[in-house]
Amino acid sequence: MITRSAHEMSAAMVKGEVTSEQLTQLHLNRISAVDQQVHAFLHVDTEGALAQARAVDAARSSGEKVGPLAGVPLALKDVMVQKGIPTTAGSKILEGWRPPYDSTVVSKLKTAGVVILGKTNMDEFAMGSSTENSAYGPTHNPWDLTRIPGGSGGGSSASLAAFEAPLAIGTDTGGSIRQPAAVTGTVGVKPTYGGVSRYGLIAFSSSLDQAGPCARTVLDAALLHEVIAGHDAHDATSINAPVPEVVKAARSGDVKGMKIGVVKELNGDGYQAGVRSRFEESLELLAKAGAEIVEVSCPNFEYALAAYYLIAPSECSSNLARFDAMRYGIRVGDEGAASAESVMNLTREVGFGREVKRRIILGTYALSSGYFDAYYGSAQKVRTLIMQDFTKAFASADVLVSPTCPTTAFKIGEKANDPLAMYLNDIATIPVNMAGIGGMSLPCGLAPEDGLPVGFQIMAPAMQDQRMYSVGAALEAALLTQWGSPLLSKIPALAGSK
Amino acid sequence: MTLTYEDVIAKYEPVLGLEVHVELNTHSKMFCGCSTDFGGEPNTQTCPVCLGMPGALPVVNEKAIESSILIGLALNCSIAPFSRFSRKNYFYPDMPKNFQISQYDEPICVNGYLDVEIDTEEGIKKFRVEIERVHMEEDTGKSLHVGGATGRIHGADYSLLDYNRAGIPLVEIVTKIVPGTGKYAPEVAKAYVAQLRDILRSLGVSDVRMEQGSLRCDANVSLRLIGAEQLGTRSETKNVNSLRSVERAVRGEMIRHAELLNKGERVVQETRHFQEDTGLTRSGRSKEQAEDYRYFPEPDLVPVAPDAAWIEKLRESLPEHPSLRRARLQEQWAVPDKEMAAMLNADALDIVEETVLLGADPTRARGWWLGEISRIANESGVAIVELAITPKDVAQIVALVAKGDLTDKLARQVVEGVIAGEGTPQQVIDSRGLKVVSDESALMAAIERAIAAQPETAEKIRNGHIPAAGALIGAVMKDTKGQADAARVRELLLAHLGQPNTINP
Amino acid sequence: MSQLSRSDVANLARLARIDMTDAELDHLATEMDVILAAVARVQEVATPEIAPTSHPIPIHNVTRPDVVSASLTPEAALSGAPAQEDNRFRVPQILGEEA
Ligand SMILES: [Mg+2]
Ligand SMILES: [Zn+2]
Repeated sequence: MITRSAHEMSAAMVKGEVTSEQLTQLHLNRISAVDQQVHAFLHVDTEGALAQARAVDAARSSGEKVGPLAGVPLALKDVMVQKGIPTTAGSKILEGWRPPYDSTVVSKLKTAGVVILGKTNMDEFAMGSSTENSAYGPTHNPWDLTRIPGGSGGGSSASLAAFEAPLAIGTDTGGSIRQPAAVTGTVGVKPTYGGVSRYGLIAFSSSLDQAGPCARTVLDAALLHEVIAGHDAHDATSINAPVPEVVKAARSGDVKGMKIGVVKELNGDGYQAGVRSRFEESLELLAKAGAEIVEVSCPNFEYALAAYYLIAPSECSSNLARFDAMRYGIRVGDEGAASAESVMNLTREVGFGREVKRRIILGTYALSSGYFDAYYGSAQKVRTLIMQDFTKAFASADVLVSPTCPTTAFKIGEKANDPLAMYLNDIATIPVNMAGIGGMSLPCGLAPEDGLPVGFQIMAPAMQDQRMYSVGAALEAALLTQWGSPLLSKIPALAGSK
Repeated sequence: MTLTYEDVIAKYEPVLGLEVHVELNTHSKMFCGCSTDFGGEPNTQTCPVCLGMPGALPVVNEKAIESSILIGLALNCSIAPFSRFSRKNYFYPDMPKNFQISQYDEPICVNGYLDVEIDTEEGIKKFRVEIERVHMEEDTGKSLHVGGATGRIHGADYSLLDYNRAGIPLVEIVTKIVPGTGKYAPEVAKAYVAQLRDILRSLGVSDVRMEQGSLRCDANVSLRLIGAEQLGTRSETKNVNSLRSVERAVRGEMIRHAELLNKGERVVQETRHFQEDTGLTRSGRSKEQAEDYRYFPEPDLVPVAPDAAWIEKLRESLPEHPSLRRARLQEQWAVPDKEMAAMLNADALDIVEETVLLGADPTRARGWWLGEISRIANESGVAIVELAITPKDVAQIVALVAKGDLTDKLARQVVEGVIAGEGTPQQVIDSRGLKVVSDESALMAAIERAIAAQPETAEKIRNGHIPAAGALIGAVMKDTKGQADAARVRELLLAHLGQPNTINP
Repeated sequence: MSQLSRSDVANLARLARIDMTDAELDHLATEMDVILAAVARVQEVATPEIAPTSHPIPIHNVTRPDVVSASLTPEAALSGAPAQEDNRFRVPQILGEEA
């Protein structure tokens, strides 16, 4: 049962083959069995999840109309605030904090009857591409426990690959949904910026952050997308327009006559051979399904990484200023005649990890007087150039595609001391965030040289998220036909699993 | 060796700059739905947004934008077609996010002016104060310092924070430097704040209570040698919370700067705090290194781009400009300049106008408010608006006097009674038994008694010595406990003694 | 070429309110040099005529009506406070300007 898709689990509940409580218990059991190895979860809310599940079962049996994902369990990235549930964003500075409010995403999940199993591990404050920056220890990739599950949402994607949950919520600032999806062989979608409310999402980089669905199939992602998307009056940057019809697109999976643009700059040198071959193979399948493959050029993408590593640190240096030991979180050094200032300094020294400090210092520098124009200002101009590149490219293609990551999952510890090498992981995902458009990653096979999953990225113009789902569903169907079974059926069994 | 003000202005020219922070009187806060009511229990008007909790996001209060635009329009500003919010980053425990959402390079209103008039020995003088910008921002929480000897921040053991005020909408109005005020700088500063306050009050956008901090002024002062081009170093005085203090602070800083400059010392660019008790300023804690606020566009808020239709709608809702209104009322009521100044000084314009609108004669209405009522207010050390008497009461009293139901003397007792909380004018009249004795037979009886008591005086009058009537009229008034109309008594008395009524009292 | 000295980084750490040891400052100064050299590439194409983009989706005039909504209870507001007293957040002595 736990290896099925969310959609299939829902159907089973509708048919009465299983209750939400049973389904939730199965997943809790799985978590107990394998999470010591995977470490996808920071907190499991056993009682809360079962209570939610029983409430959905009761509603269903009393004939109440419930949503398509009612009763399906979900893993929530720990960056998303949930009332009364420990929320840390992977940071020591928030250890023990229980928020007094729900994020909009959590409210929508609760309303839809989705059962929240617990909070998943992540790079501290979503800063990282490997989940090694979590203050609570790394998450391991279920395909190979010595490898990273991607980041920052490594916990969410790993929980899907390890069958600990059929659905998860991620957040994506520079690739934190798509890159973990790629390296774990799962699906991850970053919706258009403003498509899903950021209210209650602990901010890393406000102008780039976007929550989105993580799942094992394109249709599951679409179903979850529809649950969490929509305008929210509590988020001024939320788009006040109807949610794109992503479920309809995912069900039809029709790409006949669509123009698919291959971004020249996101494929070539620096991309692993197996990544490139799987990508090329997918293009052929899409062509066979009726799409027209064209090549587009986005010359300014080569500056995207540099601009990202100015904008995101700048915004985070300000967003993370609130963690000051005054109102919530840990407090260090409040002894004797210590001043508030010294307590702030000590708490932030102890409470933040190295990568967070590095980015705060970088951002503080980029915003400081005398350097603002050269760094932050120039980065915002590069953002304009990247948006222009996308506009031009979308004039000749309905969607753009690329490999999601240059490589498959690397070894834990391999890049831990080389920030620049780590940053390069996000080279293909970052332009999407810079322009605020939508991006999806879905598995397109295993790299022959290491047997690890490869991600295929689809990018669509702002508020045209349904196009990613059409193309994603078409490719998924073609690959499934070719493979005969889902990619995850090839994942090595974890000790403790049946 | 303290310099006199005259010594200062003989040698130096002051250059003013004023920053006024105004708390808007919206119902809810700038970026969240928490109430702005004053005086709530600690931390009862807070939420994830105004506590800066992880994940919370601001959304701008529409009324705050409209109030800011109204202020800009009333101050002759251009309303920016595109403006936005920025973050001003610095750490302080009363600021929950450790940045203030403010406006920086693209404020909502720019380039306005306010013409202020001051009353000098050389007559009324006009000064134009140019406004650089009007921008929106949010207030901070309040801290209570516990322990230590002074109860102040220095030497306190710890502090307690209440964030009810955090996120209250503020508008900051910044002038350009105001040169050329010469010796009148302190008065210009005071008049600017006073007239700005009148405008804000007429717009209805703020309570403008300086004592409660809903209007706060920072005064920047520098001196330069008369004739010199180069501006001097300025000091910025905060904590100025009354009109009188604005004047005192500017004057005090001018003298302090001049003393330093005369000794060949430098004026330090710093923040100073005004001390209400001494009228002097005290240096704030000097920062070892300059603060770098690292402003950048607030990514959680989208730009404000008011279209022409919105601005026009607001412009149409503007009330009459206070300076135009003053001129109009002065003309309509035929008020001499000096008395107009007195009325403004006593903050009595609104209340007099209200009284007139209720039917009272303008001169009489002004007479009551600036005369008897002001006297009582002064004696009790409160403003006239704080007394228990209303424009409606005064209008009624004026009407009763006009009808002859009350004498001026009786009316004064009624005013006193109303202020003492004895009820409406009619209730005071009834309970104190204040009735003009208009029963002519009763008056005649009293006149007879007076004549009988002072036969020689009556005889003088019969012989044509009319001024002697005063003594008998006085006796009748005393007999009737002041409730008679003295003019009528005089008429009856003179007729009774066969004399013409030639002199009006 | 070193762009940031230890004292530059110390000043940034002071602005950011993070205590750092000299060793950390030195290490970070070296790292910053490498990272800054990489990110400085933005200057190659950021010419004066290009308008900066601060928001990816161009929307404006998003406001809320001036309506009071429910606040947290003081208990909820203070639930995460490291220290509290009389429904107020208790903080160490503030060495700063008098407000
Ligand atoms: Mg300000
Ligand atoms: Zn609030």
